[in-house]
Amino acid sequence: MIPLKQSAFKTLKSFSKIVPLIFGMILLISLISNLIPKSFYSNIFRDNFLFDAILGSVIGSISTGPPITSYILGGEFLKEGVSLIAVTAFMVAWVTVGIIQFPAESIILGMKFAITRNITSFIFSIVVAIITVLIFSFM
Amino acid sequence: MRDKLKKRNAAWLFFIAVLLVYIVLAFIDFELFTSSVNFFFNLIIRIIPIFIIILILMIITNYFITPKLIMKYFNAPGIKKWLFVVIAGILSTGPIYMWYPLLADLREKGINYGFTATFLYSRAIKIWLLPVIVFYFSVQYVIVLTVVMIIFSIIQGLTVNRILSS
Repeated sequence: MIPLKQSAFKTLKSFSKIVPLIFGMILLISLISNLIPKSFYSNIFRDNFLFDAILGSVIGSISTGPPITSYILGGEFLKEGVSLIAVTAFMVAWVTVGIIQFPAESIILGMKFAITRNITSFIFSIVVAIITVLIFSFM
Repeated sequence: MRDKLKKRNAAWLFFIAVLLVYIVLAFIDFELFTSSVNFFFNLIIRIIPIFIIILILMIITNYFITPKLIMKYFNAPGIKKWLFVVIAGILSTGPIYMWYPLLADLREKGINYGFTATFLYSRAIKIWLLPVIVFYFSVQYVIVLTVVMIIFSIIQGLTVNRILSS
């Protein structure tokens, strides 16, 4: 174990390096959250199993905000007639893919890692949506 | 040394670029600018406690967790180590990007890409937000989605590991 004071200093030092990134990220999130109106989402889904899953994942990937927002939006979409598979893909991609966070992720954790993680997260959000809805429909 | 400087410069360049976007926005669409700034301050106020929690967690991690300890724990055979990462991801709080420095730190201590990916994926499962999903969907749906996501958090970790180590 290293001394607590040293540990605190080390932590503050590494944290201070990412403060501009975090502030930049939050500024971007604030802008995009205000830029994309809620009605935009419910107007573009069709009733096609695969198309809706892919589209849900694409929109979820580029959207950003706290996870609770995606659940509320997803619930509202469902009420407006958007398919469950699209809503599931949308919510899963929202919380697993981070296009907006990508610059920070690639700088801090590495470009290769960030690209691989986000691409696999995108693909898996479609797969997770399909599997979830299939299992759910049999219950 | 040059790498560290590059990372720090990139962070500031990113921040300045976003600030420039806001300055341009103030001239083009002042209403969108003010609503975005308001949103920004509301979000900052909400995440300050999370900032503090994460700082404390990082200090504790730096204090207690040594590369030797991590290697000992994560070299345990079987699925235990994956389950540990999944549980840690589920229990973690705050925005995803707040965890990047801690994960980068843990990576230096010997955690591989797969565990980092699994941690980040399982963070999507929020126990305290489940009532919201149950409210809009159903208990059965929440159970299925949660189980499928836990399984896929491990699958993603294995996939990322395989891709990046090849």
